[in-house]
Order: sequence, then structure tokens, then C-alpha cells
Amino acid sequence: MELPKGKKRLVLVGNPNVGKSIFFNELTGRYVDVSNFPGTTVEIHTAPYGDYILMDTPGVYGVSSFNEEERVARDVILHADIVINIVDALHLERDLFLTQQLIDMGIATVVALNMMDEAIRSGKTIDVAKLSKHLGVPVIPTVAVKKQGFQELKANIAKASLGYADPRIQSELDKLIATGMGRGDALLILEGDEEVAFCHGQQAFPLREEIYLRRRQRVNEIIADVVQAKQIIKKWNKLLGQWAVRPVTGVPILFAILMAMYWFIGVFVAQTVVGLTEETIMLGIYSEFITALIFRFFSPEGFLGLLLAGEFGLLTMAPVYLFGLLLPLVVGFYLALSLLEDSGYLPRLATLVDRMLTGLGLNGRAIIPIILGFGCVTMATITTRVLGSKRERIIATALLGVTIPCSAQIGVIAGLIAPLGFSYLVIYVLIIFTIFIFLGTVLNKLLPGESTHLLIDLPPLRLPQVKNVFTKTYLKSLAFIKEAAPLFFLAAVAITVLAYTGALTGLQNWLVPLTEGWLRLPRETTTAFVMGIMRRDFGAAGLYHLTLTPQQTLVGLVTITLFVPCIACIMVMMKERGWKDGVAIWGGSFVIAFLVGGIIARLLG
Amino acid sequence: MTTLDKVRRGAKVEICRIADGHVRAQAIRFGLCEGSVVTCGEKLPAGPVVIYTGWQELALGRSIARNITVKEAS
Repeated sequence: MELPKGKKRLVLVGNPNVGKSIFFNELTGRYVDVSNFPGTTVEIHTAPYGDYILMDTPGVYGVSSFNEEERVARDVILHADIVINIVDALHLERDLFLTQQLIDMGIATVVALNMMDEAIRSGKTIDVAKLSKHLGVPVIPTVAVKKQGFQELKANIAKASLGYADPRIQSELDKLIATGMGRGDALLILEGDEEVAFCHGQQAFPLREEIYLRRRQRVNEIIADVVQAKQIIKKWNKLLGQWAVRPVTGVPILFAILMAMYWFIGVFVAQTVVGLTEETIMLGIYSEFITALIFRFFSPEGFLGLLLAGEFGLLTMAPVYLFGLLLPLVVGFYLALSLLEDSGYLPRLATLVDRMLTGLGLNGRAIIPIILGFGCVTMATITTRVLGSKRERIIATALLGVTIPCSAQIGVIAGLIAPLGFSYLVIYVLIIFTIFIFLGTVLNKLLPGESTHLLIDLPPLRLPQVKNVFTKTYLKSLAFIKEAAPLFFLAAVAITVLAYTGALTGLQNWLVPLTEGWLRLPRETTTAFVMGIMRRDFGAAGLYHLTLTPQQTLVGLVTITLFVPCIACIMVMMKERGWKDGVAIWGGSFVIAFLVGGIIARLLG
Repeated sequence: MTTLDKVRRGAKVEICRIADGHVRAQAIRFGLCEGSVVTCGEKLPAGPVVIYTGWQELALGRSIARNITVKEAS
């Protein structure tokens, strides 16, 4: 990234879940996502701060190239002028490893010792002055959530210093530095980072373990000198944490959470709230008004009249679906998701489901993209970057693209399936779940290579901060609307054009063997599929118009769920996985959707 | 001498050897290295092993645990 003249790069670095984002917000006055699970942000946020450009990095436990987040963080850190290293006082033993590595890299560092209040409450006393002396860099105690310590931190940014690096690798470092590279690059090459070595035309050294062990030992020595710990364990916290991963209690807890989410999103939001927003406000008041207004100027039969206020009108159908139906559902989903993220439950969930996912060639961490997929498959596809190997990323992307319905779609599905009764819901879930397992198992068998295994730390459970949860929900919903709205209007135009020119009827007739013959659905379902290519929820919503028997509704819903992901999602898939895999997943979803739909139609018929 | 996946819940063990180099490097960052003493917290059936390192909880996939040699801590 090009910097404005005279500006320096100030980089926030820290382990996952230490409160980096709060620092970014506080320093720049801008909000970025705060998340409790390693790997929900891989983007770099930047904003000007005084003479600096402040850059956020993904949370990492060390600098190297074990996964995508680390690579992203590494590249930003290597170009940093000053690093603010945020350290969790509760997990000093873990976090100082990164601190010492930054110091070894020769980057001017200032340490923010965050969550001091929690450390004190848990019975830990940390001698801050002594810690600063050991490291050789300023250490500022902070409590980010209560905005304590920021003034002092700001005052100390300019005092960031190099600190005491490991002296025993100096001679090797000097040899590399003499070839014209920075100290940070040199250290990473010694630590066996092949990517950095390749950039400099060097061979990576096999010294990683030796350096790591010495660093770990040094950190442990510092800890022994500066920390006095009396163990005060919060009982409920520990107990709940145990229950969440132990299957006997963990599975019921998971079901309770899922039921609560279903009740909140599927019943309360999808029926009560949407009843108000869609039926009463958007259809009852807004639509009536706008249709009357438009048809005063345009003929209801003419192209412009249809385009603006027809059945698929730009000012009728699009805003009604978007704001009346989808927005409340999406807000509801993100509210639930933010609560889960901020409570620290997700890593425990990853542990609980690890065994099940290994059969699909994934490990427990993959539950995060999958859960995010129930919000927005597009966003979840980006998150698959955090998975450890290429085959895991392909499997997760395919599962997301084919089997996971997004929140918008779930809302529509819930609305259609609820009147049919609980048994239809169970059948629907079972069918989709079977395909999920089947697809994952097959891909796991077919794809070459090996998947990585679970190795994560489990942060203590904590009560989510209300303000944080709401800000997050607001921002994610806003992002959703920004992304979805243009596509919605585009879809409305496309369908209107198809309908007006008669192409839609033509297509419907042409696809009769597929719709009426194979799926045993009315030919008008084609409209839903065409809409579904734009956005999946749009497709499901298209089923609302049709008069279907309960069996037909189920077939339609299963087909639409497995049907191609929306255009935005397919574009992200091609960008992330390459066009070949993207097209394969897209094409595969057509085949699977119609194949399964037809089979179900026959089984039910 | 046994492996981490065979340790019973609540047992205190010392890590002797982590076979995989990649896992070893990651484990060191978490403060888990050869010589560390850990307590086995949870064992999920055929699934991950949860251990306490004294200051934090780690979850290790079963196949990682299988490749970690441990002995009874004194």
C-alpha cells in the first residue's frame, strides 16, 4: 500500500481475541468488527491516526505462514514502522511469545497490557515496570472495554523501542541482513519461512524449533519473575465451559441454542415481525401507495409500468422483499450470531463437532464458516480462507454453496414450511443434512492430499457486551443490504424483461419436461429458478406465489435449497477458489438440486 | 510412556515428544512443548482431547493427540 508522504505505518498486532479492534476504534474513531473466534476477520483495516496510518491485522499467535491469516499479518508486520502489540494480561504466557518474536524481528514496539482488570480479578499480579524492563519496550496497562489507559498508550507510541532481542542468532542474522534485507525478513528466514526466503532468493534455515524453544523458555522466565498468581477460578464459568464440550451435556446445550435461534428467527422474526413489516407496512401501506402513484402516470400494461410497479416491479417487489422480508430476518440472524461470537462459545462448539467433521475431511474449525453460512454464504465463503489446507477450503466451499441455506432463504423456507407442520420441517432438515454428509464424504474420498487437524485454544466463556453486539449487528446488516440491494433490483429488471418479451413463458414451456415431468411441479416454478440464479432467497420467495400441495412445496424447497448459490456468492467462489472449482461447484449444484428434487418427488408421490 | 489420546480424564502428564514438526511449532507458541506438564480435562469419544496447561485450555484433535507421547508426571 502506498503511504501519503511523511506518514508512518503503525500496526496493531495481537493474538486472536485480545481486543485489537477496540483499540483500532478508539484510536481512529472508526468501528471494525470485534470477534471472539480466531479467523473471522482476514481483511486489513486501515485509517489515518495523527502522523500515522493505523493498520489492523488478523489475530495470530506468531508471525510466520502457517495459514492465510498469518501470511496476511506477516506481510503487514514486515512493513511496519511501529507496532502496538496488544497483550492479554490473562494469557500473558501465551501472548508474550508473539511480543518476543516482534522484538526479535527488530521492530519498534510498544506493548498494551490489556484486560488488566480481569487479570487482577482472577488473582494475578503483574509487575508492569519489571515486565517493561525485561522486554526493553514500554508496557502500558489498559482496560480497553472501559477505555482505560488509552491516553497513556497514545503518549507512548512515539517512545516505542526495539527491546532486547535473542542475542544468540545475531551472527546468522547479520549475514542475511548484509544481503540487503530487513531484520524481520532475516529472522523469518532463519525460522524456516519458505515464502519469505523465496522472495529474497534464499534458502529457509531449519532453525525454527531451536529459536522457538529458546523464545518460549525466555518468556517463561520473564513470567516467573513478573507474575504472581493466586488461582481464583470462577466456578460457573469453568463448569459451563466443560459442559459445552462434553457430548452428554454439550449436545443438549447445542440443541437448546439452536431451538432458541429457531424460535427467535424462524418464529418470532419470520412470522411476527415479518407479518408486521411485510404484510402491514410494505404491502399494505407502501405498495398500495406506490402502485397507485405509478399507474397514474404509466399504463399497468406498458413496459415502464410493469418495470416499476408490476408483479416483479423495481418499486414494488424488490423493496417489499428486501426491506419487508429479508432485512428483519438478516438483522435477527446477525443478532444471534454476534451473541454467540462474543460469548466465546464458538471454539467450544468447534471442539464438540470436530469428530463429526473429520469424516467430511474437515476439522472442528470448519464449523465457523458453516455457521456463518446460515447468515450469508458469500461472507462465509471468504472465511474458508482460515482453513488449514486447500482440500478443506474446497470441501467447505462446496458444502456452503450446495447445502447451506442463508438467513434470507431460511426465513422464506421457514415461512413456507411452518404451515405444513413439524413433520415436514423434520423431513426437510433430514434431506438437506443427508446431502451435506454425503457430499462431504464423497469429496473427502475424491480430493487428493491430507486435511489438517484441530489445534485451538478455548478462551473462557464471557458475557457478551450489549453495545458491541448491537454495533456488530447493525454493521453486518448494513453490509448485507449494500450487497443485496443492487442484485435485487437487477433481478427485478431481468425478470420483468423476460416476462414482458414472452421469454419467461417460452422458458417455462421449454423446461416443462424438467419442472412438470421430472420434479412434478407446475411449470411456473421456472420463474422461481430463474430468480434463484440471482439470489437463492429470491428463488424460495418465488415459490410463495404458486399454489402447491405440501409435497410439491417440500420438493420445491429442497430443490431451491440445493440449487445454485446467488450471483455474489458464485463470484466470490471463483475469486477464492479459482474459476475451475467455482464452475464445478456451480454446475454440480444444478445437477444435485434437480436430481435430489426428482427423487424426492418420486418417493413422496 | 503412552500417548495423549490414551490418558484418562483428570490425569497429570508430562509431554515427552510431539511427532509432527508443524504441530510442534504451533504447540510451542501455545506454551506446550516437550517437558510441559498438562492436565487432561476432557476427552470426547473418538474426538478431541482438551488439556489445561496451567493457564489455558487447548483442544487437540484426536490424531494430533495420538502423535504426542507423554508420561506420568511426578
